[in-house]
Amino acid sequence: MAIMTYIQAITSALREEMLRDEKVFVLGEDVGKKGGVFRATDGLYDEFGEYRVLDTPLSESAIAGVGIGAAMYGMRPVAEMQFADFILPAVNQIISEAAKIRYRSNNDWNVPMTIRAPYGGGVHGALYHSQSVEAIFANQPGLKIVMPSTPYDAKGLLKSAIRDNDPVLFFEHKRAYRLLKGEVPEEDYTLPIGKAEVKREGADITVITYGLCVHFALQAAEKLEKEGISTHILDLRTVYPLDKDSIIEAAKKTGKVLLITEDNKEGSIIGEVAAIIAENCLFDLDAPIKRLAGPDVPAMPYAPTMEKFFMINPEKCEKAMRDLAEF
Amino acid sequence: MTTEKITMPQLGESVTEGTISTWLVSVGDKVNKYDPIAEVLTDKVNAEVPSSFTGKIVELTVEEGKTVAVGDVICIIEVEGNDSVTTEHENKENVVLEKQNTDHTDHSMKKRYSPAVLRLAQENDIDLTSVMGTGRGGRITRKDIEKLLETGITNSTNNPSQPRESHESNKGKSTAPAESVSAALDGDIEIPVTGVRRAISEKMVRSKQEIPHAWMTVEVDVTDLVSFRDSKKDEFKRKEGFNLTYFAFFVKAVATALKKYPQLNSTWAGDKIIQRKDVHLSIAVAANDSLFVPVIKHADEKSIKGIARDIHELAMKAREKRLTQEDIQGGTFTVNNTGSFGSIQSMGIINHPQAAILQVESIVKRPVIINNMFAARDMVNLCLSLDHRILDGLICGQFLREIKQTLEKMNEDTISIY
Repeated sequence: MAIMTYIQAITSALREEMLRDEKVFVLGEDVGKKGGVFRATDGLYDEFGEYRVLDTPLSESAIAGVGIGAAMYGMRPVAEMQFADFILPAVNQIISEAAKIRYRSNNDWNVPMTIRAPYGGGVHGALYHSQSVEAIFANQPGLKIVMPSTPYDAKGLLKSAIRDNDPVLFFEHKRAYRLLKGEVPEEDYTLPIGKAEVKREGADITVITYGLCVHFALQAAEKLEKEGISTHILDLRTVYPLDKDSIIEAAKKTGKVLLITEDNKEGSIIGEVAAIIAENCLFDLDAPIKRLAGPDVPAMPYAPTMEKFFMINPEKCEKAMRDLAEF
Repeated sequence: MTTEKITMPQLGESVTEGTISTWLVSVGDKVNKYDPIAEVLTDKVNAEVPSSFTGKIVELTVEEGKTVAVGDVICIIEVEGNDSVTTEHENKENVVLEKQNTDHTDHSMKKRYSPAVLRLAQENDIDLTSVMGTGRGGRITRKDIEKLLETGITNSTNNPSQPRESHESNKGKSTAPAESVSAALDGDIEIPVTGVRRAISEKMVRSKQEIPHAWMTVEVDVTDLVSFRDSKKDEFKRKEGFNLTYFAFFVKAVATALKKYPQLNSTWAGDKIIQRKDVHLSIAVAANDSLFVPVIKHADEKSIKGIARDIHELAMKAREKRLTQEDIQGGTFTVNNTGSFGSIQSMGIINHPQAAILQVESIVKRPVIINNMFAARDMVNLCLSLDHRILDGLICGQFLREIKQTLEKMNEDTISIY
């Protein structure tokens, strides 16, 4: 197996799917000749040409709209939003059209489209380059939202997203792109969308999270292990629809649950996770369900100190985890 | 390599200084952050001071037993790397592990049960009140219960609080007849332990278990007292209508000595000793199958006649079972007239919660050497049982000598009965 960065895993998934299925094409701002601002589509333009790697105008609603139309026509578009922050002009297309076409047409039409977007902070991106937008889409039946935490998961899940017959939002943490490295198989593989995964077995507390925060939690768990605190970590991987069975199982395992997200606390994905646990695990709970999340302020600040205040990091995870363990 | 200073932490809101009672490390020792390095005594707590750094102890700047102000440097430590940026901050929130707190103060969460704990307790019939919690504030965690179940112990009588329980059941047991010898054989008589007998047994067990007893005996020459009392007793009986007993003289001597040595007129109260101002003497009165200890109130203020009257009346009441609660409470020291049974030496059990008991033995005529000549003298032994938590041999010796001298000086010229 090869060691790959998170973004290399993305690129190789795109390339392999384009090789495997000629209906697969990518479109987005600067994805062609430039290879994407983060180089996620690096080399694809040269390999597959301008008709399968489309540079689009600066119009996210058009990117989504073109993708929806092509998908309904039988293509498998992979649209890139340069930053998740910029997806907002496309929300109408995604929620009102992509998410609802199968339902509206009584199964006659469907939208096998993937929309990739880098999200998250901690890269001094400030207001327009740091947001977590998953919660905006997370109550729209018809959509799937995938947020992988490792190179291995990213590649396997992106392939599944491209092969999925309905629209999938695929959010990649931009800080993970070059920060995270991991073993990725060379042969073709996919991972199931809608399935969470236990990233660490433990007995004292359960942490449920997704995306980059999985790594913060893993690092904190490593430290706490030395203090005798054993942490069970569930990576949601798909944040909509949620893998209820895995969530319930993980919560019941220890009865002490900490939910972590980088998003603003109120109205975030983990609020829904908390509700699932509250509905199903009352008699196994040994502590209040705790949440560690970004503060409820409008945006990630630019000043490094303020950004640090906003961002989740291993220290914050460790503190919250220890606190719960001691309860 | 840099050195860092560890200062005397604030060990309570109003505490301004602390005494290093014990250093737990010495120069050259390697310590990890949060390792305890010293035990500190303040007027509020006993606490361990944890290290704020990982490193090597270079110098202990304060000797054991020395008291320093909060914030004073107590030790210097050599730290690897340079993390002095965090020093200020770390020092300020120097974590102090208050023994008091962790041991028994904070049980605020003891009775807050989570749904999981309640369910497990109900399913497995566990009495939560007897489970020790390891969570914050003494909370019983799900893991506590799971561990309990893992060890296969589901019966509430056998969980972590066992030591306390077994202690209590031991107490109960020792007042009852031992199991192995409890079977009555043919012809044996079984006497149920009830009422006064049970009260006596419980009190004796409690006293003997709680109080570390020690004993002393002095020999007193009461020849003069005997001849004085013999010369007066008939006349006294005629005039007053009750007996002028030897015991009254002994009680008087004890009451006087207690005023001089109030240490013996005291009570052990856990973290303190309470010295009583009033001298109320309990006297042991045997009545058939029972033993009562009524009280002569303010014995030090009474004449020998007054004491003799009290003894007479209290003994009558005890035999006629007329003693009231008022008659038997408030005693601060006990005098026991074992001599009336013919005993010449005995080791009394202290009348809990008093500090001592004095046994007045039989007065016997014995040959005694005085001025290198044998003489026939009236001798009596005074046997003292003392609570060694409160009292030591020195003070008790002085107390007994005081009584001895008082009694030996008692004669026609010195005693006033009235």
